[in-house]
Amino acid sequence: MKNGARRTWRLRLYVAGQTPKSITALANLKRLCDSHLAGRYSIEVVDLLDKPHLARRDDIVVVPTLVRKLPPPIRKIIGDLSNVERVLIGLDVLPRGDEE
Amino acid sequence: MTATVRRRKRPRNGSRRAARRLAKAPTGIPGLDEITNGGLPRGRPTLVCGGAGCGKTLLAVEFLVQGALEYDEPGVFMSFEETTDDLVENAQSLGFDLRRLSARRRLLLDYVQLERDKRTESGEYDLEGLFIRLGHAIETIQAKRVVLDTIEVLFSGLSDRLLVRAELARLFRWLKTKRVTAIVTGERDGEHLTRHGLEEYVSDCVILLDQRVMEQSATRRLRILKYRGSAHGGNEMPFLIDDHGVSVLPITSLGLAHQASSAHLSTGVAGLDAMFGRKGFFRGNSVLVSGTAGTGKSSLAAHLAEAACRRGERCLYLAFEESTSQITRNMRSIGIDLEPWVRRDLLRVHAQRPTALGLEGHLVAMHRLIDDWKPRVVVVDPVTNMIAVGTEAEVKAMLARLIDFMKLRQITALFTSLTEGGGAAERTDLGVSSLMDVWMLLGNLEANGERNRTIQIVKARGMAHSNQVREFVITDNGFTLVDVSRRADGTVAIGSARGAHERQVPAGDSKARRRPGVK
Repeated sequence: MKNGARRTWRLRLYVAGQTPKSITALANLKRLCDSHLAGRYSIEVVDLLDKPHLARRDDIVVVPTLVRKLPPPIRKIIGDLSNVERVLIGLDVLPRGDEE
Repeated sequence: MTATVRRRKRPRNGSRRAARRLAKAPTGIPGLDEITNGGLPRGRPTLVCGGAGCGKTLLAVEFLVQGALEYDEPGVFMSFEETTDDLVENAQSLGFDLRRLSARRRLLLDYVQLERDKRTESGEYDLEGLFIRLGHAIETIQAKRVVLDTIEVLFSGLSDRLLVRAELARLFRWLKTKRVTAIVTGERDGEHLTRHGLEEYVSDCVILLDQRVMEQSATRRLRILKYRGSAHGGNEMPFLIDDHGVSVLPITSLGLAHQASSAHLSTGVAGLDAMFGRKGFFRGNSVLVSGTAGTGKSSLAAHLAEAACRRGERCLYLAFEESTSQITRNMRSIGIDLEPWVRRDLLRVHAQRPTALGLEGHLVAMHRLIDDWKPRVVVVDPVTNMIAVGTEAEVKAMLARLIDFMKLRQITALFTSLTEGGGAAERTDLGVSSLMDVWMLLGNLEANGERNRTIQIVKARGMAHSNQVREFVITDNGFTLVDVSRRADGTVAIGSARGAHERQVPAGDSKARRRPGVK
């Protein structure tokens, strides 16, 4: 079993303006972190409309995109994060099923 | 009323877009701008599709490089397949330095990684990030050109196909508002132009690339499937990618517009010139010399080359059978010393195996050599070896293009053609003799236990020429025609028979000499 309890999650959410999808994604992300990663996460929201040059840095084409900067390796989850289970698996909060 | 109103001034409710003459952005790719009458539709996307390895990426790269270097139009290359490093490396092979162009902000390379296994999908999304990213890239270098290579990867990278379709449609509309001239590449899939129907979004110009391997050599072809509002050649055009970049060869030759010269040019063999009314053939003629193996075709070619060099004219010798040193050595043995002319750079021998390149490859290579160096005389020895890399029809088409190309430049060209022993020589010349102005046939006449060399002029357009089958010898002094020795019954005596006849009639009409040191 991974020593998940001691890890901290640095998350970055890329959005493009205050669209319904952006708002939903951020709300979903906050809810999910509070219930599973309480006290062990930080979220940075990057609005590409303000900082378009950052799209290239993290290789973003789809919005919303959630990037797990820490713990390594970098993982990406795209969409408004409405499927909680997939987000948790994608972030490695929940162990991956058959995939690993 | 409409008849008096000029198209530009049509009322607003008319279709203004259709009325405006289509602006074009030159690609700078030799040949492509000719067949598109000026380039790609300016400010619009063009679809370039074809199978794997057909050269679409390199064509797109050159479009940007030429834009940046020649037309002051910086470009963005958004790659969905190849990494930036791969692109830089591949472009290097065409002689393009993408890093330098990037450093000068004439080019912006952006690699978009869309591997599905590196991301998880959860809920709804869109491609606004791509728009922002591309828009920012365009603004950063004030780009006028964009390449998306190949955006179809989006379909395999994202699971929501409907969304991708809708977003692509939006992207192409958006590209038009950005007024960039774009190339979008697509992978050909069976009978479909592109795997995911990109042609639905790009309606202005569609170019199809194709690579076929025929008889062990690869042939690339390009066809303009569609070009809205513009005349275009619908034929398949051969194209080539080499260390000079991409070039397209229009199949439609420049017609028969060339100027026919009436200046004469010596064949380099005095006796042969005499057969053409003392002066040789016309400058700019295409000359075919055919014969079976060992009949002296190359020797005749060498004479022509040497004669050109003596006049101070450049001669390009394209050798497909022998190496440069082999040719110079062999010719030295018959008294034709080509070395000094090579040293003085009046003669260039370009030896290459026919199989080294495809047919188009050879054609382009020849075009380049001729364009770069501008020779007055060109020898292709032997042209029949081209059969190794193409079918007869293809070789003929290639030759027709090459001949037109040289005629326009008033270049005299001599092609040697190896005919198989046996069959009628007239039938065994690839059907190319009809393209030629002059056709000479070299032969061996076997009779009375000896073999004698003969030459005849089968045709010579616009020139009086001898109808005789003449005997010639190849000696230490090269190719020499032997005087005609006629018997009393009118037949021509050749070889030993001639000698015998001459001994009988010592000071006869033949003024014959002894055959000096026959080889």
